[in-house]
Amino acid sequence: MKLNRKKVRGFREFLYVLPFIVLVLIFAYYPLYGWVYAFYDYKPPAPLSPDLFVGFKWFHYMIDNEVKRKQIFQVLINTFAISGLSMAFSWFPMMFAVFLNEIRCQPFKKFVQTVTTLPNFISWVLVYSIAFCVFNSTGVVNSLLMQAGIIKTPIMFLQSSEHIWFKMWLWLTWKNAGWAAIMYIAAITGIDEELIDAAKVDGANRWKTIWHITIPSILPTYFVLLFLNMANFLSNGMEQFFVFQNSFNKDYIQVLDLYVYNLAMGSGGYSLSTAIGVLKSLVSIVLLCVMNTISKATRGEGFI
Amino acid sequence: MASEKVKVKKAHRKQDPVDIVMSVVTYIVYTFFAFVCVYPFYYIFINTISSNDLSGRGKITFWPKEIHFTNYINVSHIPSLMDAFKVSLSRTVVGTILTVFASAFLGYMFSRETMWMRKIWYRLVIATMYFNAGIIPFFITMKNIGLYNSFWVYILPTVVSPFYIVLCKTFVESVPKELTDAAELDGAGTIRTFTSVIIPVIKPILATVAIFTAVAQWNSFQDTLLLVSEPKLFTLQFTLYQYINQASSLKALVNSTGNAASLAASLAHAATATSIRMTVTIVVVAPILLVYPIFQRYFVKGIMIGAVKG
Repeated sequence: MKLNRKKVRGFREFLYVLPFIVLVLIFAYYPLYGWVYAFYDYKPPAPLSPDLFVGFKWFHYMIDNEVKRKQIFQVLINTFAISGLSMAFSWFPMMFAVFLNEIRCQPFKKFVQTVTTLPNFISWVLVYSIAFCVFNSTGVVNSLLMQAGIIKTPIMFLQSSEHIWFKMWLWLTWKNAGWAAIMYIAAITGIDEELIDAAKVDGANRWKTIWHITIPSILPTYFVLLFLNMANFLSNGMEQFFVFQNSFNKDYIQVLDLYVYNLAMGSGGYSLSTAIGVLKSLVSIVLLCVMNTISKATRGEGFI
Repeated sequence: MASEKVKVKKAHRKQDPVDIVMSVVTYIVYTFFAFVCVYPFYYIFINTISSNDLSGRGKITFWPKEIHFTNYINVSHIPSLMDAFKVSLSRTVVGTILTVFASAFLGYMFSRETMWMRKIWYRLVIATMYFNAGIIPFFITMKNIGLYNSFWVYILPTVVSPFYIVLCKTFVESVPKELTDAAELDGAGTIRTFTSVIIPVIKPILATVAIFTAVAQWNSFQDTLLLVSEPKLFTLQFTLYQYINQASSLKALVNSTGNAASLAASLAHAATATSIRMTVTIVVVAPILLVYPIFQRYFVKGIMIGAVKG
C-alpha cells in the first residue's frame, strides 16, 4: 500500500514535468526530423511527397557540381581560417588574466575588468552598429586619420575583403576576451598563496613567478577550453558574419553556418543547405567525441 | 582580506628592474584595452547629443558640441521603433519569467529521486546541450507547426534550457535534505515544498539565471531574422540592423520624422540617417548598460558554479 502511494506520487511528479519534456521534444528533437529534407528536392511551399525523393543527390551534387564545389571549398577555407586564428590566439584571454592579476592598484584592476567584460553582453548587431559608427567614412577613425594628414581619402574598413579574417578575429576578441578571462582569473585566485611567497623568498621576480607558477597552475583550465573550442571548430555561429557581410567581403566572410543560411534563405536551396548542415552536424559530433576522448586521456576527465 | 594580501606583497617587493618595466608596460597596455572598450560607447553617445550637422561631418570626436536632445525626441516619434521596443520588452519579460520558472522547477524535480523514470527524462533534456538540428530544419519545422510569424517563437524554444537546469539542480542538491523532509512531514506536497522551501533558498542562482536570460532575450536577433517576416513582430535589434543596412528606408524615415519633433528644424537638430542610427544604437544598448552593474555581481557567481560543475 505504502509502496503504491510512493509510485503514484512518482508518477504525478512525472506529470508535472511532462509539459516541459514535450517542449524539449518539439523544439530540440522534432527538428531533427527536418534532416529528411536533405534527401528530397524540397521547394516550399509544396509539401513533401514521395516523388520528390532524390536519395543522396544533394550529397553528390556538392562534389560533382563544379561551381558548388568551388564555393564550398572557399567556405571551408574561411571557416578553417577564422577558427584557426582564434585557436592560434587562444592564449590571449589567459595572458590577459595573468597580467591583469599583476596590477596592484585594485580600483584600476576592477575598472579594467568591468569595462573589458561589457562588450560580451551586447549583441552582434550592436557590435556591427558600433563598428559602422566608428569606422565608416565620416567615423572617428577616418576623420582623425585625415586630420592628421595620414590619409587623403577615407579608408573603407567595412566595405572591403582585405584582412577580413583578421578583422573578424579582432571583433570577436573585442567582444569576448574580457569575459573569457574571468575563467582564468578565477583559476588564478585558486593558486596557493604560499607557492608564490616561497618563490619570492627565493628571489624570483614577477616575470619568473608568472612563468614558473601562475601559468603552469592555470594551464589545465586553458586545455579544457582549448579542447572545447576544437570541438566547435566548424561552428563559428552565423550572427557575427551575417551582420558584417556585404557584397565586398562576401566571398571571404562566409563561414559554414552563414553559408548554410545564405544558401537556403538567399537562393532557396533548402535541400542542399540541409544536406550541408547534416554533414556539418555529423562531423561536429565526431569532433566532440574525439576531443572528449583526448581530454579524458590527457586530463583524466572529459567534458561531456 | 584583499588589502592584507596587498600589504604582504608590498613588504616583499624588491625593486627588480624587470618588475618596474613590466609594471609600466602593463598599465599602458590595460589602459589601452579599457579605452578601446569604453570609447566607442562614449563616442556614439556624444554624437547623439551634439549638433547633427557637425556630427555628420565627423567633427565630434572627444567632446560633445552644441548639446541638444532632439535626437531622442525624434526617434521616440518613429512608430515602427516604438512597436519594436514593445516587442523586445515583452519578449524579455515573458521569456525571463518562463525560463527562470522552468529552470528552477525542473532543477528541483530532477533532483527528486521519487520521480518515475527520472534519469531517462533528465538525460533526454541534458542531451540537447550537445546537438542541434541546424537552422534550416529548425526553420522548416517551426513553419510546419505554425510558429512562423508568432510571438511565441521568441519564447518557447528557450524555455527549457539544459545549462540553467543543471545550475539550478546543483544548487538544489546543496540544500540540506532536512529542510525539504521537514516540510513534507508537515504535509506539504511536491509543489508546496517547491514554492515555500526551495524557491526562497535558491534565489541567488535564480537571479543569475534571470539576468542571463534577460540579456539573451534582449540581444536575440537570429530568431527574428529566421522566423519572423511580420513587421509588427520585429525586435529592436532587428530594426537597428535594418537601419544600418537599408539606407533607403532610413532616408524615407528621416524625411517623415525630421520635422515632427523640432518645430525649428535647424540643420543642427534635423534628423539625419547618421543621427537616427546612432541614437537608436544608444537606445538599444542603454538597458544593458543600466543593468550591467547589478549584473556583474551575479555573473561571476554564475560562471564559477558552471566552472565547478565542469
